[in-house]
Amino acid sequence: MEQARTVVEMRNITKRFPGIVANDNVNFKLSKGEIHALLGENGAGKSTLMNILFGLYQPEEGEIFVNEQEVAIDGPNKAIKLGIGMVHQHFKLVHPFTVTENIILGSEPKKWLGLAVNKKLAYEQVGNLSKQYGLNVDPYARIDEISVGMQQRVEILKTLYRGADILIFDEPTAVLTPQEISELLVIMRNLVQQGKSIVLITHKLKEIMAIADTVTIVRRGKVIDSLPVAGTNPNQLAEKMVGREVSLKLDKKVAVLGDPVLEVKDLVVKGRSGLNALNETSFVLKRGEILGIAGVEGNGQSELIEALTGLRSVAAGSIRISGVEVAGESPRKISEAGISLIPEDRHKHGLVLDFPVRENMVLETYYQPQFNKNGFMDFDAIDEHATRLVKEFDVRTPTIMTEARALSGGNQQKAIIAREVDKNPDVLIAAQPTRGLDVGAIEFIHKRLVEQRNMGKAVLLVSYELEEILQLSDRIAVIYEGRIVGEVNPAETNDQELGLMMTDYKQPQGGSNIEQAD
Amino acid sequence: MNKLIKAFTKESAVVPFIAILLGLLLGAVIMLIGGYDPILAYKSLLEKVFGNPYDFGETLTAITPLIFTGLAVAFAFRTGLFNIGAEGQFIMGMTGATIIGVSVHLPWYIHAPLAVLVGAFFGGFWGMIAGYLKAARGVNEVITTIMLNWIALHLSNYIINDYLLEPGKGRSYMVDDSAAVTIGWLSRILDDARIHWGMFFAILAVIFYYVFLWKTKQGFELRVVGSNADAARYAGINVNKGIIKAMFISGTLAGLAGVFQVLGVFLNQAVSASPTGYGFDGIAVALLGGNTPIGVFLGAILFGTLSYGAAGMSFGADVPPEIIRIVIGSVIFFVAAPGIIRWFIKRTFGKKRKGEVI
Ligand SMILES: Nc1ncnc2c1ncn2[C@@H]1O[C@H](COP(=O)(O)OP(=O)(O)O)[C@@H](O)[C@H]1O
Ligand SMILES: [Mg+2]
Repeated sequence: MEQARTVVEMRNITKRFPGIVANDNVNFKLSKGEIHALLGENGAGKSTLMNILFGLYQPEEGEIFVNEQEVAIDGPNKAIKLGIGMVHQHFKLVHPFTVTENIILGSEPKKWLGLAVNKKLAYEQVGNLSKQYGLNVDPYARIDEISVGMQQRVEILKTLYRGADILIFDEPTAVLTPQEISELLVIMRNLVQQGKSIVLITHKLKEIMAIADTVTIVRRGKVIDSLPVAGTNPNQLAEKMVGREVSLKLDKKVAVLGDPVLEVKDLVVKGRSGLNALNETSFVLKRGEILGIAGVEGNGQSELIEALTGLRSVAAGSIRISGVEVAGESPRKISEAGISLIPEDRHKHGLVLDFPVRENMVLETYYQPQFNKNGFMDFDAIDEHATRLVKEFDVRTPTIMTEARALSGGNQQKAIIAREVDKNPDVLIAAQPTRGLDVGAIEFIHKRLVEQRNMGKAVLLVSYELEEILQLSDRIAVIYEGRIVGEVNPAETNDQELGLMMTDYKQPQGGSNIEQAD
Repeated sequence: MNKLIKAFTKESAVVPFIAILLGLLLGAVIMLIGGYDPILAYKSLLEKVFGNPYDFGETLTAITPLIFTGLAVAFAFRTGLFNIGAEGQFIMGMTGATIIGVSVHLPWYIHAPLAVLVGAFFGGFWGMIAGYLKAARGVNEVITTIMLNWIALHLSNYIINDYLLEPGKGRSYMVDDSAAVTIGWLSRILDDARIHWGMFFAILAVIFYYVFLWKTKQGFELRVVGSNADAARYAGINVNKGIIKAMFISGTLAGLAGVFQVLGVFLNQAVSASPTGYGFDGIAVALLGGNTPIGVFLGAILFGTLSYGAAGMSFGADVPPEIIRIVIGSVIFFVAAPGIIRWFIKRTFGKKRKGEVI
């Protein structure tokens, strides 16, 4: 087979931000008709590199060639002129406008000597484009009426409408459900088949293996390697991305189930809007198991966590910890009764960013006798405690006096987990424990959660990442519109089935699944 | 000693000093524009403060209430509250002390402490009202404390006018000697400057501020509430209780400022048409000191010295004392806008470095 033409070449690109070299002498080559994955941990410099290609940043050094011509891309308009389009992680759409109005915004087809917008033509063009690439978008729908997945397609259409041949996707799957992800992969294949070239920024290995032709790995601003996906495997990629060996498979012994320790029965909780966020939710969590709560964001997960930890009042129903009723008790009472929480938002809820690590380590236990002496806080004991946890949980911090703000996301999360696990709870609730973290930190945190379960603790894992749920859970409960709509065994299900349950397309099939009595 | 040097070389410590310098410079420029002699003005300011024992003692007396109100505002700040109401709490502190000082008669070892405690409580209670309204009703404390300032002023005028007024004097009766907290022998040494125990209590208050906030669990709770109320809630800390408690303590500190003005300085309380200004100056002192104990202490000293010395400026250099308010104002402006200072540091010191390279 002949060598495909190179459509983009970036040579020796260097881009500095205050205190960091985001791109360090980077070389990148995109061939026509390929899907080229850009893989790297958070902060590796992937978005920066592509923002340079799209003209949003100017590099300090280096050259860019498009279709073998050297170009200076001084802004997105220039990039668009060169046939480059970018689908950002955060969509840039005007909500009360229709799909078509959004797409033509800024390059409207004109009529009457350019005095008016030719709406009819616009709707027709958008409809045709959508059909051509199998996007299945309704040109007349209003943005606030369509799903996030559809909004993303509108963004794709926007680039196509402006004549893009080179499409950049910045972490496109982060906001999608499993169904939407597989549909997006189909769309991307469609696009390359019709001659487009795609750069796919991601840190998900699975997607790369599924769809990419070539992968370029970036670590700390430097290109580590660029190789065809066909000859590689996820472990090798993970290793290159993190810079050390990581195990993607969790070693998990068979669960040894103990007594029920958290019993939730007919729980009703009101959400922010005053409507029921939880509708008679019931489940039981036993010692020695990880129960995964799977569901699309916004189906009552946050309210469930808040109710379980006493942060939100309970309208009806019961929550028992080791047989003791705690529904409606104060957060401190519940914490003392044996529930620990790794919160969803570590900056907002998990840490006081302006406080040193040592004070964050006693955020919930500062009042207990072991940290107080003669009516004052005993900072010798607090320091000792922090030093021990930092060591045990490998929290990388210069000192225990360092402000939590200065730690990286992974280390902040490790500090929270250290604190919560050290409380020695019966029930550990982990809400999105690895959101935004890279492979190395994820591996560490998953191991710790399994370790807790092996020690006979009960772990409640709430996550929007199906892969995480499937990997960790001993049992999966699917939540939909504030109800547990089914329970499945992770060994006997897959993300397709789960994804359907999460959107309530169907009830689980197969004899081993426990149907929820309704 | 090494630690001390380190603390002063940190940027956070350098900024206020440069701000002060810039403030004085700006004041000088304004004086020049106005046709005055800034060097003479600043010289007479210093002479006024350090020139004789009496003025030195009176400067100390001017500093004392600023330490209290500065701490009051800073304390609330640390709990995430903007207490504009130190003024009202100050007035209520005065009123409480005056009521006890004038209307009960007890041996000194009960009378003075009782007057101090009641005054302090009045101030604390006044702060707590705003705290309660915020915690229970979600009313912004900035609004309530401003309103409570005026309520305090008129309530206190009413109490004095109707119950404590010495006929024909426009002020309350003098407080009993047994309630006064003056220090006679020290006053005599300093040519009858009005020296009182409040000064020492102010230093104790600085120590209390530090120990309470950084060494006790209650202080820890309040700092968590102030830095991240959401995290406080997650950690099982009762945020609303914290807000009320913080406003009570803040109000108590402001109230003590008023207490010692009555029992140590004026020995009566005048019917007053407008606020005293000590509470508002407290905001400036807290800002100047970055809400740290030492910072507030030094801030109060600077503020008190400049204010008292301003009188000397008008006497010695014919400069209107209002100029010193401009100086203070610009010092605060520069403290609050550290970006300007950093730019200034970079320009003055950064250039030199560049020059060296070339
Ligand atoms: N506009 C910016 N200003 C300062 N630093 C930035 C900016 N954009 C990115 N960075 C920094 O550059 C590094 C690379 O960021 P980015 O390219 O977004 O990483 P990735 O997309 O691989 O997660 C990070 O350390 C980030 O903090
Ligand atoms: Mg990125």
